[in-house]
Amino acid sequence: MQRHLISAADLSRDDAVLILDTAEEMARVADRPIKKLPTLRGRTVVNLFFEDSTRTRISFEAAEKRLSADVINFTAKGSSVSKGESLKDTAQTLAAMGVDAVVIRHGASGAPYRLANSGWIDATVINAGDGTHQHPTQALLDAFTMRRRLVGRDAGLGQDLSGRRITVVGDVLHSRVARSNVDLLHTLGAEVTLVAPPTLLPVGVESWPCEVSYDLDATLPKSDAVMMLRVQRERMHAAFFPTEREYSRRYGLDSDRMARMPEHAIVMHPGPMVRGMEITAAVADSERCTAVEQVANGVSIRMAVLYLLLGGSETALTQARTTEEK
Amino acid sequence: MDTHANAHASDARPVLEGPDIARVLTRIAHEIVERAKGADDVVLLGIPTRGVFLAQRLAAKLEQITEREIPCGSLDITMYRDDLRLQPPRALARTEIPGDGIDGRLVVLVDDVLFSGRTIRAALDALNDIGRPRAVQLAVLVDRGHRELPIRADYVGKNLPTSLRETVKVLVTEEDGRDTVLLGTKPAAPGERQP
Amino acid sequence: MSKILIRGAKVLGGEPQDVLIDGETIAEVGADLSAEGAEVVEAAGKVLLPGLVDLHTHLREPGREDSETVLTGTRAAASGGYTAVFAMANTFPVADTAGVVEQVWRLGKEHGYCDVRPVGAVTVGLEGKKLAELGAMHESAAGVTVFSDDGKCVDDAVIMRRALEYVKAFGGVVAQHAQEPRLTEGAQMNEGVVSAELGLGGWPAVAEESIIARDVLLADHVGSRVHICHLSTAGSVEIVRWAKSRGIQVTAEVTPHHLLLTDELVRTYNPVYKVNPPLRTERDVHALREALADGTIDIVATDHAPHPHEDKDCEWAAAAMGMVGLETALSVVQETMVDTGLLDWAGVADRMSFEPARIGRATGHGRPVSAGEPANLTLVDTAYRGQVDPAGFASRSRNTPYEGRELPGRVTHTWLRGKATLVDGKLT
Repeated sequence: MQRHLISAADLSRDDAVLILDTAEEMARVADRPIKKLPTLRGRTVVNLFFEDSTRTRISFEAAEKRLSADVINFTAKGSSVSKGESLKDTAQTLAAMGVDAVVIRHGASGAPYRLANSGWIDATVINAGDGTHQHPTQALLDAFTMRRRLVGRDAGLGQDLSGRRITVVGDVLHSRVARSNVDLLHTLGAEVTLVAPPTLLPVGVESWPCEVSYDLDATLPKSDAVMMLRVQRERMHAAFFPTEREYSRRYGLDSDRMARMPEHAIVMHPGPMVRGMEITAAVADSERCTAVEQVANGVSIRMAVLYLLLGGSETALTQARTTEEK
Repeated sequence: MDTHANAHASDARPVLEGPDIARVLTRIAHEIVERAKGADDVVLLGIPTRGVFLAQRLAAKLEQITEREIPCGSLDITMYRDDLRLQPPRALARTEIPGDGIDGRLVVLVDDVLFSGRTIRAALDALNDIGRPRAVQLAVLVDRGHRELPIRADYVGKNLPTSLRETVKVLVTEEDGRDTVLLGTKPAAPGERQP
Repeated sequence: MSKILIRGAKVLGGEPQDVLIDGETIAEVGADLSAEGAEVVEAAGKVLLPGLVDLHTHLREPGREDSETVLTGTRAAASGGYTAVFAMANTFPVADTAGVVEQVWRLGKEHGYCDVRPVGAVTVGLEGKKLAELGAMHESAAGVTVFSDDGKCVDDAVIMRRALEYVKAFGGVVAQHAQEPRLTEGAQMNEGVVSAELGLGGWPAVAEESIIARDVLLADHVGSRVHICHLSTAGSVEIVRWAKSRGIQVTAEVTPHHLLLTDELVRTYNPVYKVNPPLRTERDVHALREALADGTIDIVATDHAPHPHEDKDCEWAAAAMGMVGLETALSVVQETMVDTGLLDWAGVADRMSFEPARIGRATGHGRPVSAGEPANLTLVDTAYRGQVDPAGFASRSRNTPYEGRELPGRVTHTWLRGKATLVDGKLT
């Protein structure tokens, strides 16, 4: 494992499987009367959110608290950031308070990478979503959900997603979730197909390790999991597609379409769902839709990532002390 | 514990062989029945990795003796260790608490080697988060001394006086292909810490 | 002013010769000239070029003196071997009136490191709506001949047409920053494989190429000349090549960084690589080099764009676009064009002095190294190789993409009308 988690593309297959396996153990903590572990006692984690995302922040916060870390929440709104303070100054201010890890959500692609690599701070950096770049913990929790459902909880331990066919549908162009998933699922051996109108696929997508299709109906019967991405209504005004109605007719998932999927196939959604747009209420509420499960799995995955990045030795100073103690 | 990374040196010599191990486990099983007055409410929890297999064997022996089913599980203490920050993060092992839980039961922790006592301290903390046993006892295959905490075992397979330069390695068939306890000499590796 | 004898320099990379400067002019060029009464500069092994001319420099004064001033910018220019720079109009206030251009011109004259030829804005406030007083700027003391809204594209076809037509009256030229604004909304880097991965807003090549195509057709239609700033794509090269073959009066420039760097560097998210137009692909870099070699691209211009540290020490999206370039331009050209065999030193003199002076009508600059010509000269140690150290820059800003990179060539001397502005690599 490296010190930071910036991009799903940075994870090797073994790293990724280790995170999934660790998350499987973390998930069991949720079944205990006391849902807390002392592992990160004395460690301080700041959730540095420059973008509104209550869901992701709460998920990280729950994970941090279950591992007994001290948690500082920093939201940009109403803070010095809105008064023009730079990312660097904000980060350094927090680092001065003795933060061990920074969980950062930022609207600018690459902001977590900069934070980790520019020498501004010394803390571990965990990317909680940057611009249209990456959202690695989302991809990990998606993979975790797929492995549980398609391989099995215990049967999945130590396993990747070799040969599973995953279809990702929707606004790939603006989606960090899609990018992270393509990278991670490819690493885990799955076959990924992106389905979207050509306007919502980035130029350069042909270099990604996946297939691209414009035809949802042709892809559904060959899918073990279908991940629906949120399509924001405002995209319509930028001429990415003519109308909401046309979009959902061509690329939305309704019950008829879901019936074309194999029996065992699941429907996934990273949330928040726009019901009636990319997914109908009937599909969203069906047994096959894992949206709620994904949220629960998010906490386990984030606990695993936090443990693996922060739970062990870090600086040379700590190493030196070990030797002395002997 | 199974962290004697460098203990498989060729100079390691066996101090307990397969039959010895079987014999001491049988003795420990009888001691448990005796001291627990029939072992009615005993729950065995092995500490991964090798403690789990030893617990399973003890459970089997207890079942023979008592002709009752003995609940047996595993308790991973990794997340409760006090030396987490001194080493890279470890992969987690399974914690498997038997269906009826541990509340009001006599929990017997089972481990392969008792050394500093830190593992057992971590295990007691972990138990605390899982339930409230009537009492907790400890069974180990080997006690090699050098305690750093006020902890002692209730059932000991073999007391093995050692120096800190020595290593003790327990091998079990389920994990290692054979049953034996090896005593070796630690190569001078700086920074290495024994449990 | 006294005499200076430059001894044994390879004039334009040719056979070693002596060059005698007397006062402001070159008195004699030949073998074994008498050193009597002259200060001697030993130049054996070095290459003597006409003083370099940069058609595209941002001096930032007035308004952003925290990034650069006329003084620091012209010192950087002298340091890089330049004797004339064209100062872009996007200052605060914008150089869209005779008053502002005269101020910049006068500052350059006072400092005396390098001639400053102000570029006038095409439209008022660079807003692309209303023509600035182009004639007044031309008639001012600054004698503006190059007009550009650089940083912004004159995207309104009618305004562009009028500007092209209007400046014909006094031999001016419009230098277009070719960037279709709608196609580049939110654009952060070249659109392609790397932008798709990094999730940074794509800047398609077609946004540049479509404007160039339109403008060469407009220039053809109204019989004007048009200059294309910092051309950056293989497609743009093809369009300019086609236009030239049709006899359209188009000239084009390329920056040193577009000759060397690619968008792969953006993977570091280090905003020092953020520039407008963006770094493109390997294929584009090769097309640009070839086009500069075969004359499709006429000149190298630096697009020297100083920014204070804080405007680059941040996340990519928040960072300013631009790189400093005056002090590294010749080294990059040597690395990419000379050392690769694409261009000889006479070709470098053409692309970095003769042609830019001709396009910008910079009288007294870009002249041959021969008797009777103004003594605007640059002496280059072409055998030198060294790492770029921004700490040694004369520019007020340090936003170079070459920090720590080893580059060949070093300007040791620069003379502006016989007066040394740089001696042994040190500014006077």
